[in-house]
Amino acid sequence: MNTRDEIRQVVVDSILAFAPEADFDALDPGRPFRDELDIDSFDFLNLIVALHEKLGVDIPEADYGKVLTLDAMLDYLEARLGAR
Amino acid sequence: MIEFRMPSLGADMEDGTLVEWRVSPGDAVERGQVVCVVDTQKGAIDVETWEAGTVARLVAAPGEKLPVGAPLALLAEGGEDWQAVAAATSGQAAAKAAQAEVQRMPAAGAPPADAGRPQARPDLGASPPPGLPPRASPAARRRAAELGVDLAALAANLAGAPIRIEDVERAAGEAAGPTSASAPTGGPVEGPPEAPSAPSPARAPQQAMRDAIAAAMARSNREIPHYYLGAEIDVEASLAWLEAFNAGRPPAERVLFVALVLRAIAQALREVPDLNGSYVDGHFRRSEAIHIGVVTALRGGGLVVPAVHDVDRLEPPALMAVLRDVLSRARSGQLRSSDLADSTITVSNMGDLGVETVYGVIYPPQVALVGLGRVAARPVVRDGAVVAARTMHVTLSGDHRVTDGLVGARFLSALRERLERPEAA
Repeated sequence: MNTRDEIRQVVVDSILAFAPEADFDALDPGRPFRDELDIDSFDFLNLIVALHEKLGVDIPEADYGKVLTLDAMLDYLEARLGAR
Repeated sequence: MIEFRMPSLGADMEDGTLVEWRVSPGDAVERGQVVCVVDTQKGAIDVETWEAGTVARLVAAPGEKLPVGAPLALLAEGGEDWQAVAAATSGQAAAKAAQAEVQRMPAAGAPPADAGRPQARPDLGASPPPGLPPRASPAARRRAAELGVDLAALAANLAGAPIRIEDVERAAGEAAGPTSASAPTGGPVEGPPEAPSAPSPARAPQQAMRDAIAAAMARSNREIPHYYLGAEIDVEASLAWLEAFNAGRPPAERVLFVALVLRAIAQALREVPDLNGSYVDGHFRRSEAIHIGVVTALRGGGLVVPAVHDVDRLEPPALMAVLRDVLSRARSGQLRSSDLADSTITVSNMGDLGVETVYGVIYPPQVALVGLGRVAARPVVRDGAVVAARTMHVTLSGDHRVTDGLVGARFLSALRERLERPEAA
């Protein structure tokens, strides 16, 4: 049901909700997006909350290190969604 | 009778412009209810009343620029008849308004709030008189500035109905013209015409905010003899406590480290209260309540410093809920007057930006600022051996008119104690 493109769209929309100026065309998906998009720990928590609500995936704090780039985030979400 | 006055939303605020009333004569208002919107250098702020009553008379009219303390409205107290208050104060209100040396905005052609005839208040459905700022929610104003939507033109299209954020976004979509899939084909595109040569409307409010920050910081550097102290604090124990707390909780219930630090700061201030309060007219007034102003950078540029109230009385989950609420409103341009009025100390957390050490400028009339740097694994010595441990550089900027380094050192020591042994807190 959830293709990678669909997952990407959910992540992008969730970030745009608090960072409307974020330019994903200019974002290198292999680089840490928090620095690139000025996402502080408060906004990052909002992102994790939004992904939990929209995708049903609860990313535990211990896994925050695995979702630092957009590519890594999509790999992680794809794996978790596929495993269900 | 209660006078509802232009509030002071920080030491740097001299005046504000009334944007709109949210109440009408005869309305009962509760403590904490938003009664009007005031435009300030910090953006449009929802202003609350701190006393309950019934609105008797609106003294100020939308579009009026009024100094802090000028009467905006008169409220009847419990037991008073609002119509009697309105009638009895008809001359008085006009005189007071004149006394307050009302500065009118150059463009405002509105008549002064007319005494004696409350029914002369413009009908809520009518178009605002020319020259008055259009009626729009603070969020809608902010969105309009972001999208470059002309609120005045939009107000004309909406025939004076209050502008909501959806209206702004629709207008922005329509202004985008033929490229927008939803634009009507064939007919003229409704909404304000684009004027590429006009100055960006987002520029002005940002410049006003920059001016306000500059005024407050220039005053601070001119008047406050600062001293600076720093300490590297081992936060492994606090982080371990927090990681265990968050481990079993869904994202929406997780607590951020900064909430834990704010709580520890508040507890340290209870032990060292001379850093918490205000310095006014040559005297320090200690505050019993601990309201921490949290420096919040805005994505459009500039910053606001909303207060988190009674930090010392909140357990971490409750503190996190309050922090989430106030930061969300700060970042979406929906602050209320109570968010900005009464901080007793400021915390600047720049760790997320990779800053090691903050050398903060005190926000007058406060007498101290706590700076938080980046949490990172650094070498520390334990039992004679060098090991890696996560630490944070905490700084204190203090006001030498009120305290010396000794007091500042006690504070940092108390804070260290709280953060190194969170189970004792």
